[in-house]
Amino acid sequence: MAALTKPKNLQDVAAPGRDGVGASPLRPDGILKVKGDFAYSSDLWHEDMLWGMALRSPHARARILSVDVSAALAQPGVYAVLTHEDIPGSKFYGLEIRDQPVLAIDEVRFHGEPIVIVAADHPETARRAIAKIVVEYDVLPSIGPVEALDPERYGYVHAPADYKAHAFGNIVHSQHIHHGDGDSAEVRALADVIVRGEYEVGMQDQAFLGPESGLAVPAEDGGIDLYIATQWLHVDRQQMCPVLGLPPEKVRLTLAGVGGAFGGREDISMQVHACLLAQHTGKPVKIVYNREESFFGHVHRHPATMVFEHGATRDGRLVFVKAEIVLDGGAYASTSPAVVGNAASLGIGPYVIPHAAVDATAVYTNNPPCGAMRGFGAVQMCFGYETQMDRLAAELGLDPVELRRMNAMEQGSVLPTGQVVDAPAPVAELLRRVKEMPLPEVENWRTADGPDVRELPGGLSNTTHGEGVVRGIGYAVGIKNVGFSEGFDDYSTARVRLEVIGGAPVALVHTAMAEVGQGGITVHAQIVRTELGVDQVTMAPADTRVGSAGSTSASRQTYMTGGAVKQAAEAVRAVVLARGRDRYGWAPAFAAGLRLAGGKALTAAGEVVADLVDLLGDEPVDETTEFRHRPTEAFDKVTGQGFGHVQYTFCAHRAVVDVDVELGLVKVIELAAAQDVGKAINPLAVVGQIHGGSTQGLGLAVMEEIIVRDGKVRNPSFTDYLIPTILDTPPMPVDVLELADAHAPYGLRGAGEAPTLSSTPAIVAAIRAATGLPLNRVPVRPEHLTGT
Amino acid sequence: MEFLRPATWEEALAVKAQHPSAVPIAGGTDVMVDLNFDRHRPDALLDLNRIHELHTWQIADDDTVRLGASVPYSKIIDALPDRLPGLALGARTVGSPQIRNRGSVGGNLGGASPAGDAHPPLLASGATVEAASVRGTRLIPIDDFYLGVKRNALEPDELIRAIHIPSATGPQQFAKVGTRNAMVIAVCSFAVALHPRARDVRTGIGSAAPTPRRASEAEAFIRAELDDTGLWTSAGELPLSTAKRFGELVARAAAPIDDVRGSAAYRRHALAVMARRTLLWTWNDHRATGRAAA
Repeated sequence: MAALTKPKNLQDVAAPGRDGVGASPLRPDGILKVKGDFAYSSDLWHEDMLWGMALRSPHARARILSVDVSAALAQPGVYAVLTHEDIPGSKFYGLEIRDQPVLAIDEVRFHGEPIVIVAADHPETARRAIAKIVVEYDVLPSIGPVEALDPERYGYVHAPADYKAHAFGNIVHSQHIHHGDGDSAEVRALADVIVRGEYEVGMQDQAFLGPESGLAVPAEDGGIDLYIATQWLHVDRQQMCPVLGLPPEKVRLTLAGVGGAFGGREDISMQVHACLLAQHTGKPVKIVYNREESFFGHVHRHPATMVFEHGATRDGRLVFVKAEIVLDGGAYASTSPAVVGNAASLGIGPYVIPHAAVDATAVYTNNPPCGAMRGFGAVQMCFGYETQMDRLAAELGLDPVELRRMNAMEQGSVLPTGQVVDAPAPVAELLRRVKEMPLPEVENWRTADGPDVRELPGGLSNTTHGEGVVRGIGYAVGIKNVGFSEGFDDYSTARVRLEVIGGAPVALVHTAMAEVGQGGITVHAQIVRTELGVDQVTMAPADTRVGSAGSTSASRQTYMTGGAVKQAAEAVRAVVLARGRDRYGWAPAFAAGLRLAGGKALTAAGEVVADLVDLLGDEPVDETTEFRHRPTEAFDKVTGQGFGHVQYTFCAHRAVVDVDVELGLVKVIELAAAQDVGKAINPLAVVGQIHGGSTQGLGLAVMEEIIVRDGKVRNPSFTDYLIPTILDTPPMPVDVLELADAHAPYGLRGAGEAPTLSSTPAIVAAIRAATGLPLNRVPVRPEHLTGT
Repeated sequence: MEFLRPATWEEALAVKAQHPSAVPIAGGTDVMVDLNFDRHRPDALLDLNRIHELHTWQIADDDTVRLGASVPYSKIIDALPDRLPGLALGARTVGSPQIRNRGSVGGNLGGASPAGDAHPPLLASGATVEAASVRGTRLIPIDDFYLGVKRNALEPDELIRAIHIPSATGPQQFAKVGTRNAMVIAVCSFAVALHPRARDVRTGIGSAAPTPRRASEAEAFIRAELDDTGLWTSAGELPLSTAKRFGELVARAAAPIDDVRGSAAYRRHALAVMARRTLLWTWNDHRATGRAAA
């Protein structure tokens, strides 16, 4: 035992921590992705593997009269053709309500619903087998969001007594919020001005670039190993085990390379199909969707219809808000209940309003299922309430930013749910900052050699050389919750191990966090470097051998798994420092006051008292902890009151656009943002998140929509579902505030979603300013701007 | 599926005669999309990439560009913007840089999609398609080439060898509406070319009818208007009202449909605006060139 030997290298000054919290080390996957070298889940390969494929419904609503798979089964190279009858366990799954059949049973409820799955020795063989399956349908008229509200006349998406829908007709979930005196006659009488507006948000898609894919490998113990691109390994498993009839320890998931998620991988897609086929054939099965199938293979953002009434005094004080929101949940519940909770509780925006009555409802329809997407119910509402704020400002003759600042919430404000905001809420300050940023040059497209069409609406399509181009400026601000809400037991697990390898201290971090491109693993390494004073941090693959990390969604992973890694690292540090009591005879209080930095143990004053390698010795320290944020509570079903959200996050945008008012084409010239992130753990990554979120909001503003007619998806391709290119993406100056939230690790605030909210209404406000049109629907299409 | 790889043009014609159903493939930017999405499963592909001459172009004595069918759009943009300004403008709007490095005018013509970006400038330029088979070579005027949605005048045993495009003798323009600022399929498009020597104006409409087509009535109108007012001689200012009328006639020449990319009404409206603007751009360029020459 090395106890009481004199610590060596005492004269060394501890090297300053490199790439710790607050630095911007580069992410390890970045260059690989740019060069095309990153291994995605679609690149997985196994000897002797089979290819899985699904037959999907061409109809939105139909009874299945018969399914004949005999010709498919007879085809050489086909190993399995499965229908719901072949499922060993439960035939249903779902994130919140288990209402979705793994394979359709007797009826289909949306265009693209899987009915049969096939495994074959080659994707082409599988495709041909699929083509040989004969399904007889009795096609029924599809139920849309309007018909859904009158089931007596139009019918039920799910038969009464089925699932959860039995008590509520076609309603998946509703939430009412009653604040103050709601919108009573007395309240209305207090308002000098009432502005009413109806708004619509189209169906946006996550449009992640890496399609759904994974590889299921049957194991000798009768279990399955699944390599998968997902957002939440443990909840995938939780949904799959009952279907496969296997206990959790026999269903082991490992994260494969994920090509983006944005909510679209929160529900399972091909996971359970691949496992069923692997289970049935005893062979590894790979499934990769192509782009078209991907549009059918995941949930989308809920389309919304919203009716708002805002009442205010003549001098611009908000008196009341009434909002009625219907969200199209599509054929299955997915996360609709939680989306409703967000829409209702965040539905009036980041404003102090004494009276509010909000009703949000999600309905079952025969449209594609909708669920999680970046912004999660708050995006739709932000378009509604921010448009209302502009209209109110116009009505009152006030500057729209000034009206917002007058009514902005701040720390200590009471939300309509009764929750008191107990962390910084710099809404007015964010607005002030975006407004005061210098404006971009006017007519920036003029050059000595004539117009530069790349800087004009239409770009290289050469539709204007300046004719019809009008500039507009618009502002918006939004509020988003962070983490899981409404009483959900939200936790994350992290394991941190510290040991000496090759004479140097090396840390290992093991979590089940899905790295979907958010930069979480980079942040984990930064946290460990800061907490343990080491340079080398190794990341174990994310898998189900460690406890759940929760989903990579709700802007929560830096807070939650980052918090868990911090907590585990602190536990490791405590054990390491306790060893100094044995080795060097440190008093407990002395040991507890030390910190680790640059591979040394230091006093608070910075005096080096031990080398970390010596302190550690030969025995690794290995700690696993669960981290929880403070508990929340469910919203009261009748009044919507309750401490429902753990943290709020705010972003403000100023959009500058040039509109070709004759052709209805838009060029966003600049999209400036200001956001409070509490603490930027990795400032570069934070700006990246704000740029990405803002751009996704830009897409919703002017181009991104899945067009559904009578339940049929009309544009399942990147030819017709357009996402912004670099020419559509403007310069995006970002002002990052760091006002610490005392409840959160390092004071940080989830950053990923807030910029997606306000970007859309800011851009549409700018287009309104340029055109004078009301524009109550997004995405804004050229037809809306030209009256055609 | 058979994959046929002739080494020479003569061999290609022989193969095509033997396998009339073989689908020619060069850059693959169109054919492969159909294959990957299972829209089309030809029994054979005829790979033209080994035939070097298809990637080249020549200038004839009369200044006509004989453009090999496989010359990629990026080459047209880089090497031929002065001779073929309209086509170069159209080429700039094709897909992404990667697509422009592979895609070619031969493919656009072979596919004959009404949305192809090369068609309107070819119509406006008065191009001719050089089609060949073991039976011989024929020159198909572009006006006779497009027969229907994705149908062209080629016989089953014919291949496109080259496109003959007169070098520009006056300004040419191309404009296209898409709902984003790059890498977008045409909602509708329009090309106009002034032919001062012939005192002619030609047009091309894309993505607003079952086939690419000219706006004949608009052409006749502007020809007459320029003649009657002596504008070709005076190089005077073109009245805005004339350009507007031209735009209206172009819109009238279209037969657009409502689809996910845009409404028929919008397409007509946009064509009128683009035709008015591009006519004015070309005319103003023409006047400026005339003044510079004088």
